[in-house]
Amino acid sequence: MILVNSNPATIMTDPEVADRTYIEPVTPEYVERIIERERPDALLPTMGGQTALNVAMALHENGVLEKYGVELIGANARAISIAEDRKLFGEAMTRIGLKCPEGRIATTMEEAWEIAEFTGFPAIIRPAFTLGGSGGGVAYNREEFERIVRRGLDESPITQVLLERSLLGWKEYELEVMRDHQDNVVIICSIENLDPMGVHTGDSITVAPAMTLTDREYQLMRDAAIKIIREIGVDAGGCNVQFAVNPANGDLIVIEMNPRVSRSSALASKATGFAIARIGTKLAVGYTLDEIPNDITKTTPASFEPVLDYVVVKVPRFAFEKFPGADNTLTTQMKSVGESMAIGRTFKEAFQKGLRALETGRHGWEVAARAADDGLPDDSVDSLRAALGTPTPERIYQVKRAMRAGIDDAEIHRRAFYDPWFLAQFRELLAAEDAFCARPEITAPAMRRMKRMGFADRQLAALRGVDEAAMRATRHALGVRPSYKMVDTCAGEFPSNTPYLYSCYDEESEAPRTGKRSVIILGSGPNRIGQGVEFDYCCVRAAMALRAQGFETIMVNSNPETVSTDYDTSDKLYFEPLTLEHVLEIVDREQPMGVIVQLGGQTPLKLVKGLEAAGVPILGTSPDAIDIAEDRRRFEAIARELGVAQPPNGTATSVEAAIEAADRIGYPVLVRPSYVLGGRAMQIVYDEASLRDYFQRAVRVSEDRPVLVDAFLEDAFEADVDAISDGETVVIGGIMQHIEEAGIHSGDSACVLPPYLIAPEHLDTMRRHTVAFAKALGVVGLINVQYAVKDDVVYVIEVNPRGSRTVPFVSKTIGVSLASLAARVMTGEKLADIGFTQEIIAPYVSVKEAVFPFTKFREFDPILGPEMRSTGEVMGISDSFGMAFAKAELAAGNGLPLRGGVFITVNDRDKPTVLPLARRFHEMGFTLMATEGTARFLAERGVPSETVAKVSVGRPNGVDKMLNGEVQLLVNTPLGKRAQKDDYSLRQAAIAQRIAYTTTLSAASAACDAIVALTTRTPTVCSLQEWQETIPA
Amino acid sequence: MLDGTPGFLLLEDGTLFHGQLAAPLKMPAVAEVVFTTGMTGYQETFTDPSFRGQIVVMTAPMIGNYGVNDEDPESARPQISGLIVTELSSAHSNWRATRSLGSWLAESEVPVLTDVDTRRLTRHLRSGGVLRGVIGAGAAPTDAARAELESCPSMEGLDLASVVSTRAPYSWGEATAKTHIVAYDFGIKRNILRLFEQRDCRITVVPSTTSALDALALKPDGIFLSNGPGDPDAIPGAPETIRGLAASGIPMFGICLGHQLLGLSFGGSTGKLPFGHRGGNHPVKELATGRVLITSQNHGFAVQGGPEGIPGAPDLEVTHVNLNDGTVEGLRHKLLPIFAVQYHPEAAPGPHDARPLFDDFMSEIGAAAH
Repeated sequence: MILVNSNPATIMTDPEVADRTYIEPVTPEYVERIIERERPDALLPTMGGQTALNVAMALHENGVLEKYGVELIGANARAISIAEDRKLFGEAMTRIGLKCPEGRIATTMEEAWEIAEFTGFPAIIRPAFTLGGSGGGVAYNREEFERIVRRGLDESPITQVLLERSLLGWKEYELEVMRDHQDNVVIICSIENLDPMGVHTGDSITVAPAMTLTDREYQLMRDAAIKIIREIGVDAGGCNVQFAVNPANGDLIVIEMNPRVSRSSALASKATGFAIARIGTKLAVGYTLDEIPNDITKTTPASFEPVLDYVVVKVPRFAFEKFPGADNTLTTQMKSVGESMAIGRTFKEAFQKGLRALETGRHGWEVAARAADDGLPDDSVDSLRAALGTPTPERIYQVKRAMRAGIDDAEIHRRAFYDPWFLAQFRELLAAEDAFCARPEITAPAMRRMKRMGFADRQLAALRGVDEAAMRATRHALGVRPSYKMVDTCAGEFPSNTPYLYSCYDEESEAPRTGKRSVIILGSGPNRIGQGVEFDYCCVRAAMALRAQGFETIMVNSNPETVSTDYDTSDKLYFEPLTLEHVLEIVDREQPMGVIVQLGGQTPLKLVKGLEAAGVPILGTSPDAIDIAEDRRRFEAIARELGVAQPPNGTATSVEAAIEAADRIGYPVLVRPSYVLGGRAMQIVYDEASLRDYFQRAVRVSEDRPVLVDAFLEDAFEADVDAISDGETVVIGGIMQHIEEAGIHSGDSACVLPPYLIAPEHLDTMRRHTVAFAKALGVVGLINVQYAVKDDVVYVIEVNPRGSRTVPFVSKTIGVSLASLAARVMTGEKLADIGFTQEIIAPYVSVKEAVFPFTKFREFDPILGPEMRSTGEVMGISDSFGMAFAKAELAAGNGLPLRGGVFITVNDRDKPTVLPLARRFHEMGFTLMATEGTARFLAERGVPSETVAKVSVGRPNGVDKMLNGEVQLLVNTPLGKRAQKDDYSLRQAAIAQRIAYTTTLSAASAACDAIVALTTRTPTVCSLQEWQETIPA
Repeated sequence: MLDGTPGFLLLEDGTLFHGQLAAPLKMPAVAEVVFTTGMTGYQETFTDPSFRGQIVVMTAPMIGNYGVNDEDPESARPQISGLIVTELSSAHSNWRATRSLGSWLAESEVPVLTDVDTRRLTRHLRSGGVLRGVIGAGAAPTDAARAELESCPSMEGLDLASVVSTRAPYSWGEATAKTHIVAYDFGIKRNILRLFEQRDCRITVVPSTTSALDALALKPDGIFLSNGPGDPDAIPGAPETIRGLAASGIPMFGICLGHQLLGLSFGGSTGKLPFGHRGGNHPVKELATGRVLITSQNHGFAVQGGPEGIPGAPDLEVTHVNLNDGTVEGLRHKLLPIFAVQYHPEAAPGPHDARPLFDDFMSEIGAAAH
């Protein structure tokens, strides 16, 4: 089994999972090289989403698969092309008597305008072969139409968009289907979207099983799905079919079919307990459904259809706060970055748990304190009415405000198209709140009733004007405690021994305590910017390691997109929101030896105080040490004691205090709220006016939520150190140098391991400091320290006594699973006994690059800064920095040009630095272009370049050059306030034209190294296992 | 249900379940308690005569969401003795809905107990087998309820088919239709009639007690033995009648109870399953092809035997088996044009995978005519 994936953050790319693991770009060129080297029998393209499918199709079309005799399994090329090509798909549906949306295909803007006559407005635009509906949208007018169609044509690899008449307001459903080569077909799950057609299913709140379909309608849909999988010809594997249903007459329309495992398949697997990907793979290699056992029951076969005796609700998580100015209207292009899933015995229970699990500060279906936070301009009913017509992340809360404001369900339905049944469910929640408020006293039945509707203690406390702890005490006194039920695929019809559990307020609990020594691992909740699968990776490694050591491992998490929520990763899985209430109840039931909080990112850390107060044993580094690291004053004292330099800094609880601190420190300063992950609201401020502005716009400060003010070390090198400690021995895992200079969030910066430009003595200083911090804080487990080097001084930027985002990257590079070892030292083992006492320096270079969602947020300026905006990462490994960086860039989708034009426009500060870079590009044969000032500067120093007008000054300007295809690489550093508009249009043009660009000179220099590597030698591929074998013992 | 009246379900083994009564209860309801795992089609289920004499537990937690309509019933009225759910939806939404499930059941005086831990109840029935139970009002069982439970007869030995069967013959479908089918009504579902009608058939539905001679006098092209409730072994005279019909050589097709009766008629025996098969997700293997069908099922009794055959019935071969527990799901006569399935190819509710069996029957009829 050979795996190709460039993502280091997943369990999948750990060396134990496959026989050979290629952490190489998932592109046709690289996969061809891997095929040439490995000579596999078959290629399975249906598990890796759209990326894998597109690569497989390219390899089929260019004859590589045929050349090497590689069979496509899971779905063949014909099936893939029919499913993906809108025209072929429409024809196939007509053949089997099913309807598709009335649409036509355009390959040019002119064709599109002709079709617009037919579709009218609103029109739906769907580009062919793009991921997550990328580049698509809903156009309500001609202006939007032009913009979205142009973008869609750009983004479609075959320059094709489908233009459809809108089915706005129709109900949307999905079915997950599996078929084996004997033509046995089963439906795994039905999913109903709460948001009607027009909102991408990934951005919609969805419910499983379907709630409002009669059997007649459901079976029509089931029959259609079976016909579709047969007609498209998915021979052995799974597919996902999306339908629209006209609520007025039940008309059924097929929206699309994905002949592969999709985001919805992952959700359906978690929702039913039926492992779609695993079983799909077995089907692809020739098993039939009745030959595969149902892994949950162990006694029945996989050839059945799961039945649910619970309701599952998935809620998308968005990150618009990270992209000011980006349009938060939900359309057919997916904009969410993660999701929570919740299980309850009723829709109401699951719905409230799902909202709570998002960790966005709402504990259920709760409106925000301020209208603005619910996406409303003011408190007026008119604003509310207007808002209901536009799908946004806040609309679900606006519905509650609307109900409270006396708007009736008929009107809400008319504006928002939520099915009346869902609105009735919401009304019941509202009525229950009112009744609970009005009660003279809380009785056990009343409490139980509220809990059965999914109300959190916190919500109930707010309704009664008490605090959460008091409400919990009342509930406990009344004897109202959750029970835990199993997800078993069969609604209890057969015995099951797989403790995949969720809470509810019914009578009977299943899966009792085993009496074994157990450890609870708290997961990281929904993916979000700053907290993605890296943390899930750590939790999973910990679970696996402790299981191997004989512990009973208990996972708590709410994210369906993860490995940690696979039912067989841990001995027990609690699919629950990561809030204090849910965790405390689980702890109470399981009585574990302790709880691991340091691997799931900020989510479990936020619970530490509450857990500690409740007397829950925290494994590893003490809660107090975690607090020291977060508490500026306490941390400063320790740094001073250890003699570690810190950038001059201060803490402010008011604007005035911040200004005073900044004056003392000297501008520029870096400002940020304390206790955040991913650099939320972090900003570099150059003067007092901007600082005032920051306080006005970005943060609300208070006594217990201070703002940190740090000197900003311009042009410093930054480095991240990951280390592990057992309380006695501290071992460095790896030192990573950031490619981007200080001021760019570490999560957004590319980084290289080992460092290539930091002096050895500084690296030693970092090692020494890291050990000192680990010992001073009494770290047992992982620690991450960030340093900056400026003028030969090593400053500590921050210390995080927990697992970091870079743990999977470091672990893959050094061939040691740091998270596994962390779990073992947390449960009492010593590093010396485990045999890890020495830092490992791998004899190769690993580069990590961040992946950004900028194409989805077109309105947003794609410049990097201290606030993290990346949503993923890729890795490149090679024997040189240049080649490793080149691979990472390619994997991240930033193809580097080998010839052509380089357009340089940098601020004055950067001019000296850009000179050697320009010279190298010139020497490699690139044509240089520069704006006047830069061109003159370069010319004076003997580097020729063509002068290009500034965007605001004349034509042809940089944007023209880019549109004309003369620019292959844009090097643009921010030119300051005055030139903001120019910069913005250049970067936007680069994204639209898919031109490589960098906004920092260090990245440009790295790109230059990479281009040198690519032009001087042919890239080779090598598996992770082979790389790791070269590590000296 | 925000405010209901407390109610309970007491099982014959003494296990008690608390809940809320959706509507006031006139008198305690006693019956065999069974669960079904179907997630859609509650209206079809509740009107299926095969559920006569049973209190039905829905494992799907939200029931009533799409209301009830005039097209989906499988018989004229609700047939179940009682309903047990986690939540009965107080609101409904569907373009075909004419009223709420709650009001429709209340009109027929079917007791509904909500807010029950239906999963606990299902697991209890699964591990201990189906039990008789009583739905009563109040927080604790009254003596009256206990007495009712005592007097509830066991399903074994109970002839319910004769109770639900039509009293007089009636016709369904166009009089001019190509094929004439005589259907024995042991509790027939309307969708069976609809599917025959779609295949250009006119059906004469006859009472379960109709003699072979009387049935043959109707000159059928095919004979159908319907589904129905109760113990197949308790229907007086059925095997003799069926043997008489078989002797005519006219193609015969049986579903569910009809399947069991055919098994009995040719020497096989039937027995009670521990907790039955009820739902829409049961995998059945067609032995001739190896194909797996997802089927709709609703039965508490089964023909004894396995893939190798039916003991005592050498003339029958087994054509289908259940992949979950290996029980007999279909049989065929080795010489005569007779076949039957234990599951419900007419679905309603449930998947349509096995619908081609109706076409197979039409082919048998066509072949017999030549």
